[in-house]
Amino acid sequence: MTAIGDHAPTFALPDTEGTMHEPGKAPATVVVFTCNHCPYALAWHERIVRVARDYADRGVRVLAVNPNDAERYPRDSPEAMRARVESGEFEGVPYLCDQSQSVARAYGAKTTPDVFVLDATGVLRYRGAPDADHDDPAQNAAFLRGALDAVLDGRDPNPVETPPVGCSIKWKA
Amino acid sequence: MRVELLFWDGCPSHPNALAELRRAMLDEALDPSTIVVREVETQSEAALERFVGSPTIRIDGVDVQPPGEEPVGLTCRVYHRRDGRISPTPDPADVRDALLAARTATTERR
Repeated sequence: MTAIGDHAPTFALPDTEGTMHEPGKAPATVVVFTCNHCPYALAWHERIVRVARDYADRGVRVLAVNPNDAERYPRDSPEAMRARVESGEFEGVPYLCDQSQSVARAYGAKTTPDVFVLDATGVLRYRGAPDADHDDPAQNAAFLRGALDAVLDGRDPNPVETPPVGCSIKWKA
Repeated sequence: MRVELLFWDGCPSHPNALAELRRAMLDEALDPSTIVVREVETQSEAALERFVGSPTIRIDGVDVQPPGEEPVGLTCRVYHRRDGRISPTPDPADVRDALLAARTATTERR
């Protein structure tokens, strides 16, 4: 499990077309564990994609990782992931398949969504929910945006951690 | 009127759903202490209950937002609010409408 201030685990995961992605040398990288079937992940999804769009010109990378057991939850299958990407729901955000669940375990991810913000050196600087209320679009991913602003300005995010809120990750038996 | 809330503990939305259901019942001058809350713990229970996700609210056996062809299973349920937002809980207006419809049906049967 990764704690604030630790170097986050490195990984390489395929997107829905098989292209491999890894956290790179971006000024900040967001790794968000998410999925297709969870209402919390879906409610927050657009806000997270907007963050990717709004911070792209500052070099921020956003990687969405689906860690769920697709055998028990077919809505999280690679085919279902591809369908969402093809419908344009992930513009600017690679949607990666963590089939072995090893990345989610290494990060200590608990829910979908669960957001991790890494700085340019790969150190974990924020972990938790995108904002305070999945049900209020006006929150606009404020925790995540605040964390990115802080990291890009060389400050500590405030808060550095919030409880992740969402559906439990569906681990393989 | 039988008001049931079925939930699966792997999904965190049922406390909010129960609070909203209680509020809706109070607004309609119904007694929220009559709500039957039941946990669905296994896949076989889900199949038996035709449980398509947590939370599920039924009034006199009728789902407040009929799930259509949703498969049964232990999962969080995806609801659509009337303004189009996706939510883990049903729109309170749908819950109130379901309560009113059940009350009307009960009155007409008498």
